[in-house]
Amino acid sequence: MLDFPRWKVWSICLLLAAGVLLSLPSFIPESTAERMGLSGLPRINLGLDLSGGSHLMLEADTTDLAKQNIAKMEEQVRTEMRRADPPIAIGDISTTGGRLSFFVRDASRIDAAVERIRTLTQPSGMTGQRDWDVQVVDSTRIVLTPTKQGLAQATDSAMQVATEVVRKRIDEMGTREPTIIRQGAERIVVQVPGLQNPAALKALLGRTAKLEFKLVDLTADPAAVAQGRAPVGSEVVAYAEPGQAPIAVKRRAMLSGDELIDAKLSYNSQTNEPVVSITFNSEGGRKFARVTQENVGKPFAMILDGKVLSAPNINEPILGGQAQISGRFTTDSANQLAIALRSGKLPVALKVVEERTVGPDLGADSIRAGTLASVIAVVGVVIFMLVSYGRFGFYANLAVVINVFVILGIMALLNATLTLPGIAGFVLTIGTAVDANVLINERIREELRRGRTPTQAVEHGYKEASRTIFEANVTHAIAGLIMFVLGSGQVKGFAVVLLIGIATSVFTAVVFTRMLVALWLRHKRPTSIHI
Amino acid sequence: MRLLKLVPDNTNIGFVRVRFVAFVITALLTIASLAVVGARGLNMGVDFVGGLMIEAKFQTVPQLDAVRSNIDGLGVGVSSLQQFGDPKTVSIRLPIPESSDEGATNAVVSKVSASLVKQFPGVTFTRYDTVSGKVSEELIQNGVLAVVLAVLGIAIFSWLRYEWQFGVSTFVAIVHDVLMTLGFFALTQLEFDLNIVAAVLTIIGYSINDKMVIDDRIRENMRKYRQMDMKALIDLSVNETLPRTVMTSVTVMLALGALLLFGGHVLRGFAAAMMLGIVVGTYSSVYVSSSLLITLGLEPQRFSAKPKESRPDAERVGPQP
Repeated sequence: MLDFPRWKVWSICLLLAAGVLLSLPSFIPESTAERMGLSGLPRINLGLDLSGGSHLMLEADTTDLAKQNIAKMEEQVRTEMRRADPPIAIGDISTTGGRLSFFVRDASRIDAAVERIRTLTQPSGMTGQRDWDVQVVDSTRIVLTPTKQGLAQATDSAMQVATEVVRKRIDEMGTREPTIIRQGAERIVVQVPGLQNPAALKALLGRTAKLEFKLVDLTADPAAVAQGRAPVGSEVVAYAEPGQAPIAVKRRAMLSGDELIDAKLSYNSQTNEPVVSITFNSEGGRKFARVTQENVGKPFAMILDGKVLSAPNINEPILGGQAQISGRFTTDSANQLAIALRSGKLPVALKVVEERTVGPDLGADSIRAGTLASVIAVVGVVIFMLVSYGRFGFYANLAVVINVFVILGIMALLNATLTLPGIAGFVLTIGTAVDANVLINERIREELRRGRTPTQAVEHGYKEASRTIFEANVTHAIAGLIMFVLGSGQVKGFAVVLLIGIATSVFTAVVFTRMLVALWLRHKRPTSIHI
Repeated sequence: MRLLKLVPDNTNIGFVRVRFVAFVITALLTIASLAVVGARGLNMGVDFVGGLMIEAKFQTVPQLDAVRSNIDGLGVGVSSLQQFGDPKTVSIRLPIPESSDEGATNAVVSKVSASLVKQFPGVTFTRYDTVSGKVSEELIQNGVLAVVLAVLGIAIFSWLRYEWQFGVSTFVAIVHDVLMTLGFFALTQLEFDLNIVAAVLTIIGYSINDKMVIDDRIRENMRKYRQMDMKALIDLSVNETLPRTVMTSVTVMLALGALLLFGGHVLRGFAAAMMLGIVVGTYSSVYVSSSLLITLGLEPQRFSAKPKESRPDAERVGPQP
């Protein structure tokens, strides 16, 4: 037990030295590290509560997604039925209740219809189930219900696109090192360090940015429109700006935002009002030229996320694939819209369900307070151990101090994030790390009282206490693990420190101090121990 | 130099003798704590009830009533204010606006901050938290699940490793520790948030640590003194481990005291919860869980009946090799 061959001493020392070395880059400020060319070294990340910044959790609006899913299917079904030879006439299409159902006018062609529709469904998942369930009711009606897997797949692909769009939009804002991660099936977590006012970011991310150009329906009766009624083939749309009467527009969009390749902030040459200049791709440009040519003198509406921005008259055909979106913008809001349009439309509406923003001052205060508390805790514990156990307390203290650095080193190696609760975990670990030494030292005292020689007492002290230490720490680690698995961000940060601390403290407090004590015993061969 | 000994050598305190008194006190305290939780409720943070929290730092200590009337005049819902240790820092809690529109929350924040800046020049806003009802429900579920799993997991561990009595007594003591902590939060109305869940889990971990050390000693002594009366044996074990129990509590208290005084206002609730938990956990280790073993009918014979379970190297009576 007290036999420490040279190789063992060396490996323990090297291991601990490596841990301490790993922790050192984290103490150098980032800017200094870059200047010294050390920026590649592993360092501890600071959580947003310490560095300041914004944490946003976005959740997909799944009802919106389900609706879109059905609308898309409806479109496909219509096309497919038209393509049949001769076309299959359908009617009474209903999309309520989360499914698509329609009536096939010629009952004898129902089998042909079903067959064509089946080609529209895809297998999804491992079970061989398809994404839509096709049923025939009363031998004239076809009902299409999305299966669970089908919906999950639709959500997943929408979220993949949404994550990319979110990433593009945040990158466009020019913030530093944003973290964007998918979480679970329908959530995206966005973390932007250093961001003080997330209002602009939230506004940007909360916008679907679905842009459509639609002709205004001039045949609509203004009184009916005010009551929300529009002629067949048209719909009533409200203005984005409050106080303006809604207008009726054609349902069919003449052009959509999918066909643009660029959008940027510019100013109207006459009014000097901020506007968004957009450039269409070649196909979009051709389409835009054609419809404007056909509708000179008529107004068209620019509709963003279902709200009218403005409805100017088409004074002349717009050729060349460029247009301006006006709508009482400020420079900021025009710029935001330009970013949103450039980064593409979100396939699903996102809603902020959790937000945590910490100002940089509070973060800096927390670091300062946390460091102070850690230092005072170490000093307090060190003094207390020293007056209680003398030389053995000194060894324990050495272990605690090394332990502090090793924990930081391992965190840097794992690229773990230090949060404010993490600092609390740190301070707590300082308090509990000496527990192992307290157990050992008290045991040695007991063995000495029983009349054992110093060597025997130390040997037994370590042996008996080690078992207890192991058991106590296993249970402690169970609590830590549960926290790590179930905890959310901040609690996880605490659990990480706690778990690393449990592992390292057992090593430093048991193995390392035993080595120190053994070396001392071998060197001095004391006849009595003062403990 | 004489070394400090908080607990004198060879104490012989009769912990087991007073066990009925301890049980009654413990039961009464637990019931009282439950009653306080029932009567006053916990001051749940936005993490668990959802809502909007704005932390404002004022230049001078503000009149809370003035702040409240300022915000209530804005028509953004009923605010609840709380000072954070530091009297210049006030947390303002508001309900999340009903509208699903993202702009609505932003509007509330900017409305409140603009209005406060006007009346209290120099005020800065250091923190915003917004948690929707759905997320807060999940956070509660996860928190409760974590605590329940931790208590059960640890009880099962000590049951598998030792006799069932150890599992049960540990379980009872831990439940007591958790309830007392909840009672403390209901009494002081300190904000109960995610950090406090971490604190509760840590208290569980620490308290278990304490009980494991004593339980381990009881088992060791059971193998060593097979004929000894259980009451005397438990008293002996608790007394033998008493110096360690006290020493460790003191070192942890030292560290937590530093955190409470210097760790900043955000961690103050955490440190307070932990300190209370250490006291309660130590009490339940010394007075409750070990004495409960007798009530549960732990007998030394059980161990001698199963000699395979005791390790041969644990026998320490007799000359050493």
